[in-house]
Amino acid sequence: MAANSISRSPSFTQEFYQSLFKVIDGENIKTCLQCANCSGVCPFGHVMDFPPGRMISWLRAGIFDEVIKADSVWMCVSCYACVEVCPKNIPLTPGLMTRAKEELLLAGNIPTELQSALEFSQRYGNPLGESPRKRADWAKGLETEVPIMRKLNRPVDVLWFVGDYASYHPRVQQTTRAFFKVLTALGVDFAILGPEESSDGDSQRMAGERGLFEMLAEKNAKVFEKYEFGEIITTDPHAYNAIKNEYPTLGIEYPVRHYTEFLVERIDDIKALFKGNGEMRITYHDPCYLGRANGIYDAPRELLEAIPGVELVEMPHSRTTSLCCGGGGGGMWLDGFQWEKAHVRLSDWRVKEAVDTEASILAVACPYEPPRFEDSVKTVAGAEKLIVKDIIELLAEAI
Amino acid sequence: MTNIVVFAKLVPDLVEELEIADNGIALDMEWLRLIINEFDNHAVEQALILKERTGGEVTVIAPQAEGVDEMLYTIAAKGADRVMMLKGDFEAGVNNHALARAFATTVQTYQPDLILTGVQANDDLDGAVGPLIAEYLGMPYIGYISGVSMAGDKLSAQKEYPGGLIAEMEVALPAVLGIQAGEEPPRYVAISKVRQMMKTATIDEYDVAELNTSGGVTANRMYAPEVSERAEMLAGDEDEVATRLVEIFKEAGLV
Repeated sequence: MAANSISRSPSFTQEFYQSLFKVIDGENIKTCLQCANCSGVCPFGHVMDFPPGRMISWLRAGIFDEVIKADSVWMCVSCYACVEVCPKNIPLTPGLMTRAKEELLLAGNIPTELQSALEFSQRYGNPLGESPRKRADWAKGLETEVPIMRKLNRPVDVLWFVGDYASYHPRVQQTTRAFFKVLTALGVDFAILGPEESSDGDSQRMAGERGLFEMLAEKNAKVFEKYEFGEIITTDPHAYNAIKNEYPTLGIEYPVRHYTEFLVERIDDIKALFKGNGEMRITYHDPCYLGRANGIYDAPRELLEAIPGVELVEMPHSRTTSLCCGGGGGGMWLDGFQWEKAHVRLSDWRVKEAVDTEASILAVACPYEPPRFEDSVKTVAGAEKLIVKDIIELLAEAI
Repeated sequence: MTNIVVFAKLVPDLVEELEIADNGIALDMEWLRLIINEFDNHAVEQALILKERTGGEVTVIAPQAEGVDEMLYTIAAKGADRVMMLKGDFEAGVNNHALARAFATTVQTYQPDLILTGVQANDDLDGAVGPLIAEYLGMPYIGYISGVSMAGDKLSAQKEYPGGLIAEMEVALPAVLGIQAGEEPPRYVAISKVRQMMKTATIDEYDVAELNTSGGVTANRMYAPEVSERAEMLAGDEDEVATRLVEIFKEAGLV
């Protein structure tokens, strides 16, 4: 990775610094106290040459090209832990770290494994490199046909935005089918976009590929415009974050909810469907983009506690202090790169905490998590019996 | 100044299932998705590396196909100085002989010092395009190249052989090289830069009046691999399978 095409002009640091002010609350960066809370809480801060706080101090000293040449910014998993602890409310994740990734990417200085995911997203509309025509293949073989907007040809109450991993990843497809079962059991009037759906683009954006994000958002917007629906529901917190917070900045405005918000509103209907499913001790992992990025902490817990026989126990890091699974901000596509630098997987730490709670099930609510945590279950000592399940799978099993 | 010209083409993208056309001798193009030939992508990268290292100009020429504009704008955004499309009826039964002739005619106006192309492509039915180009232009050709350095009118290339052997070869310019791998993986270019190129760059066009496919091969039948029933699956535990395997070897006179 040659960084020689990055501008070395003295104005570069100034231009970069100024660009940070344009992010919401961006000017707060001027008030940084250099307390280093951000660097301390960062799950990969210990292996970064320039964790956020030090980046700011070098920016202020006017020598930012040195910072941008170091590749430590690719260790950032955009988990918002730094934002959460910053006493001056500096948008470190969406501002500083993302802008730094954007500059590296514009200079063509990106890890090869990330490059494939971005090229796949551009070419096929999903980072997994799968055929866009197979986006609804998860629904094959189901007893009931999954309604697709194009075929349905009528307005629906709910447009279910399925998302990339929920559509294609074999493990997460189980979650997707479980959500289909629950929606059907509740008699919700819904449909999916099928092959017309493209990646929400949010993790690509957080990995520095803003142009790609905009391209994907525009593609989705064109499809949204074709149909009539009451609201969008998704099981993917990254898609939720994109449609809720980022698409409106591009003029794409639709009401959207994460499935946990949608279902908690129907908790009495769901309870009426429950059969007993035995005693279960469950601990819940707050996904970064549901929790810290969007403040949804209670709905997932209410759903879990509604299941008969469930005892919910908390891990030491929960709610705002939740530990990242390592998949955000491009982390899904940087496993090799990050392993080389850190020789640790963030999902391993999380699974260790889950084991310590003596829970039998680690519940999640994001499609990045089942494959990541299940990989850790295979390698973390003592985790062999831990079961990783999306909340929606637990609900579907109890119905 | 070194004038480097790359020949790149789009080939079937294997992300989609391939289907045979109704005529039974070609792929069904209707559902086919096209992608830059991987080796041509490496040839483009090698050309850009040479330009950055020793100066010169890079021109990339590609035959018309669905998506070729996007491919050429992406290449322009990566740093090619000129991009050009060969226009003609390439969908109707074109082969590498015809492509090489069309390219050879076009490229002469650029007076190239060096021509790079991918060493092979997944749709090469009538041989690789590189040696054909060299033949029509009367230039030397070396294939399976994974590294190039230039000094004056001499070029030194690393040619890969099986078994991990690499030969250093010197060749007088102008010459044609078939690229196996660029010295670096093909670079990433931000979408915003590609979009910018779409607004500012021009794709030159060259009309290929007639396609001469002579010298190529004729496909009589195209079909998916057929299942035969010659394989016997051995069932049972390890001992049973091993015993049966030894019997089979004995029956075949192998042991």
